Amino acid sequence: MFLLSLKNISKTFGSTRAVKDVSLDVEQGEFFGLLGPSGCGKTTTLRMIAGLERPDTGAIAFDATDITHLPPERRGFGMVFQNYALFPHLNVFENVAFGLRARHKTRDEMRERVNSALELVQLPGYEKRRVDELSGGQQQRVAIARAIAIEPALLLFDEPLSNLDVSLREETRSELRELVTRLHLTAVYVTHDQEEAYALCDRISVMVGGSIMQTGAPRELYERPAEISVARFLGRNNLIRAMRLSSSKTTEAEFKTLEGGHTLRLSLDSGDLQPLNQPVFLAIRPEHVRITASSSNGNLPNTLKAEVREIVFGGATSTVRVDANGLALEALVLQPDGLRVGSICEVSLPPEKLSALKNA
Amino acid sequence: MPKPSSQPAASYFSRVSILRLSLLAATVVVLIYGVIYPNLAVLSASLRQDDSWTFVHYTSVLSQRSTIEALINSILLSIGTVVLCAIVGVSLAFLFERYTFPGRRLFSVLAALPLVLPPLVGTIAFIFLLGESGILSRLIQGSFRLQSAPWTLRGWPALLLFHTYTMYPFFYVLTGAGLRRIDASLAEAARSLGAHRLTVLSRVVLPQLTPSLVAAGLLTFMTSMASFSAPLFFGGGVRVLTLEIYGARQRGDAEMAVTETVVLAVISLAALIFFQRYEGTRRFVAAALKGTTRRREIIPKGLARNLATVAAIVFSLMLVSPVLTLILVSFAPEGSWTTQAIPAQYSLSNYVRLFSEPQSGEVFLNSFAMSAIAAVAALAWSFCVVSLVAGESGSGSQHSRAAKYGKRFVSLLVLIPWALPGTVVAVAVAEAYGRRSLLLGSFVLVGTFWILPVVYFLRFMPLVVRAVQASMEQIDPALSEAAGSLGAKVLRRFMRVTLPLIWPGAIAGTLLAFVIGLGEYVASVLVFVPINRPISIAIASEMRDFNLGTAAAYGVVLIGIIAIVMIAAGRLERLRG
Repeated sequence: MFLLSLKNISKTFGSTRAVKDVSLDVEQGEFFGLLGPSGCGKTTTLRMIAGLERPDTGAIAFDATDITHLPPERRGFGMVFQNYALFPHLNVFENVAFGLRARHKTRDEMRERVNSALELVQLPGYEKRRVDELSGGQQQRVAIARAIAIEPALLLFDEPLSNLDVSLREETRSELRELVTRLHLTAVYVTHDQEEAYALCDRISVMVGGSIMQTGAPRELYERPAEISVARFLGRNNLIRAMRLSSSKTTEAEFKTLEGGHTLRLSLDSGDLQPLNQPVFLAIRPEHVRITASSSNGNLPNTLKAEVREIVFGGATSTVRVDANGLALEALVLQPDGLRVGSICEVSLPPEKLSALKNA
Repeated sequence: MPKPSSQPAASYFSRVSILRLSLLAATVVVLIYGVIYPNLAVLSASLRQDDSWTFVHYTSVLSQRSTIEALINSILLSIGTVVLCAIVGVSLAFLFERYTFPGRRLFSVLAALPLVLPPLVGTIAFIFLLGESGILSRLIQGSFRLQSAPWTLRGWPALLLFHTYTMYPFFYVLTGAGLRRIDASLAEAARSLGAHRLTVLSRVVLPQLTPSLVAAGLLTFMTSMASFSAPLFFGGGVRVLTLEIYGARQRGDAEMAVTETVVLAVISLAALIFFQRYEGTRRFVAAALKGTTRRREIIPKGLARNLATVAAIVFSLMLVSPVLTLILVSFAPEGSWTTQAIPAQYSLSNYVRLFSEPQSGEVFLNSFAMSAIAAVAALAWSFCVVSLVAGESGSGSQHSRAAKYGKRFVSLLVLIPWALPGTVVAVAVAEAYGRRSLLLGSFVLVGTFWILPVVYFLRFMPLVVRAVQASMEQIDPALSEAAGSLGAKVLRRFMRVTLPLIWPGAIAGTLLAFVIGLGEYVASVLVFVPINRPISIAIASEMRDFNLGTAAAYGVVLIGIIAIVMIAAGRLERLRG
């Protein structure tokens, strides 16, 4: 039984279809991410979960109750807004107590819960401060305290870290994850930052153009994107245009690359065989591309001869760009030993790391 | 873990609709009674003769030379005023916004003074200072031993001078605000791309200022079209429409008055549409989120700096001298200031008279009560209109096309009394409610105390609506959403989040409407009755009786009250920031 279920949700603004037929399920205690480029509909989806927008079609259920038309104040979800939306005329205490006042809590209970919420976000003693006296990071914490003070049934985050600087963002990120786990909360987290999503979320839905393209654990998305749009958005993938050859077997497919004319083999689940003689994309992460100066790779499958075009030093790793008879590939290596621009090398693409994408 | 409540949502939404329905009812009733019906009444009166529809009033009115002359004069005067105010206001804005030099702050503090000076009070101050027997003319006449006054404060030059003095702040204030808003990095980018200073001005700065300039042009044009006190006191035979309408009503020529009123209304509305169209095509949205603001350049020591300082002092003196004159004259006992350049004796007698005579106390009480009633009513009503037009946040996308057009229509109707000269509003209310009417039955508003509060309300409610709306628009919609997500219902959201954030702006707007009401003359002179005689009428009648000192004393007290209220409003504005 899922805690939160979205069934075929759609939303149109004017002539723009912001969210198209989105369905997703979130389990109790899960930290769920909605990841996608800006304008992909992830915030609109979150706002529909919060009740701030009403879906045109589809249904939202929480704990087996239909809440599609329930106003936000009756949902009991805590939300952390991108710009924090702290009430500028109220001090920190009153901001955090706002939801408790709306619930007519007694003064003692209110004080106790505000104090414990502020302690959880490590801001005890800040009750009397004006919110505009706080730094960005502190405002952020107050916004989180305000959302958890109501003991929300579900915690919603709309890019809450995007206004913080890099170092603070990473620190807050791990605190946030720890806090949510400690309080046994269920969270839906919207972000466009994949690193952030990978670090925080148990499962992630990647949204592109208003639709969910793929849902899965961070590692699964990273290593085996199912869709060209997902692979493009997650970035730093070598995308190889290729056609499946009829010589393919059911467990091991053979593809001919359109650039370079190489033959590549990869292992496939028997369920998702690619159509014959139609261009598809194969994807492989740069760190999975093996590259050697000598011809020691000879006995590995999918080994191609290539010329080194560029070596970019990047600290711990270096990026090597090669050209294999017209096929451009990128490899991430620890030490570009023995490689020089213009020299001939061997690259191999391990079959188990290559994935064939839907939609060419 | 608490579950979201599972009560049916229907009751919530129906409660919201009851609230919205009552807001809608309040809005619609006021618009029908205050805007639609009176204006239609004027229009229909101008088109009717002996119970049949006819254009005969228009053909007769428009074939009279005097009307055509007034029409052309009104338009020419307004265009001339716009041009002069633009030249003065924009140059001063560039000088005082872009550079810093001694005396700059003095001028910037005083710059907007004419905006809060009631036109009637400004008019009499001008007469005392610049009239043929005014202080300045007599000083010059005396020092150069001239036979007669060096100039007369009459006709076109006098009107244009007075209009420029009172209306240049529209251009000064709006251009200054526009200059401050411009992202300085845009100009810097243009410079780095090789653009010359003048090219930057014409290709980068001016295009971005266009919305401010258009808005200032509109305000100036409309204010000039509605101008009444100056043409009345020193127009010197220059016919303008507001005067013609006043004259026709004084003569009892009702048909002529309503027909000319329609003509004046049509020109004003046409100007509004023209300027708004133009403004709409030239609106710029800042592309960058963060801009750098330009620092004022310091003029280095030398001729330029001295000239700028002298200019600041001269302009500051010009701004305050009418008010200083008024204060001076208010201390001159009646009959003591005859042929001297400046009054020979000073005493408190005028003020003593003002505060001891029950009549004058009554006049102040009337103006206070009527302006306060109008301003408070406008504030209350503004909340209805704005919450209706702004709607509940978050559900913005759910509004149907009909609702969107409805909102636009309501906003337009609210704007109409603002666009119409005071003369038109007064004539319209008088025409609609001066006899048995469809909406009020046998209750006749004209001749009662309530006619002026109603007229003031109609004239100033657009101002209050705009103030409330502007405050509302500054609030991040996420605040109300956050309150909603924390469990606050509509009323709590309004009381705890929206109201605390908008009240400084709303009260400041209300106070502004209140002080403009205190000095209102144009509309009052058309419909006042003995029981609601306001301050402005008292000032005008003292002037007519040559009780110059008493008139000046009235003016000084009025300015004093306005100053106190404006300082309070300014404090509130700062509170809001």
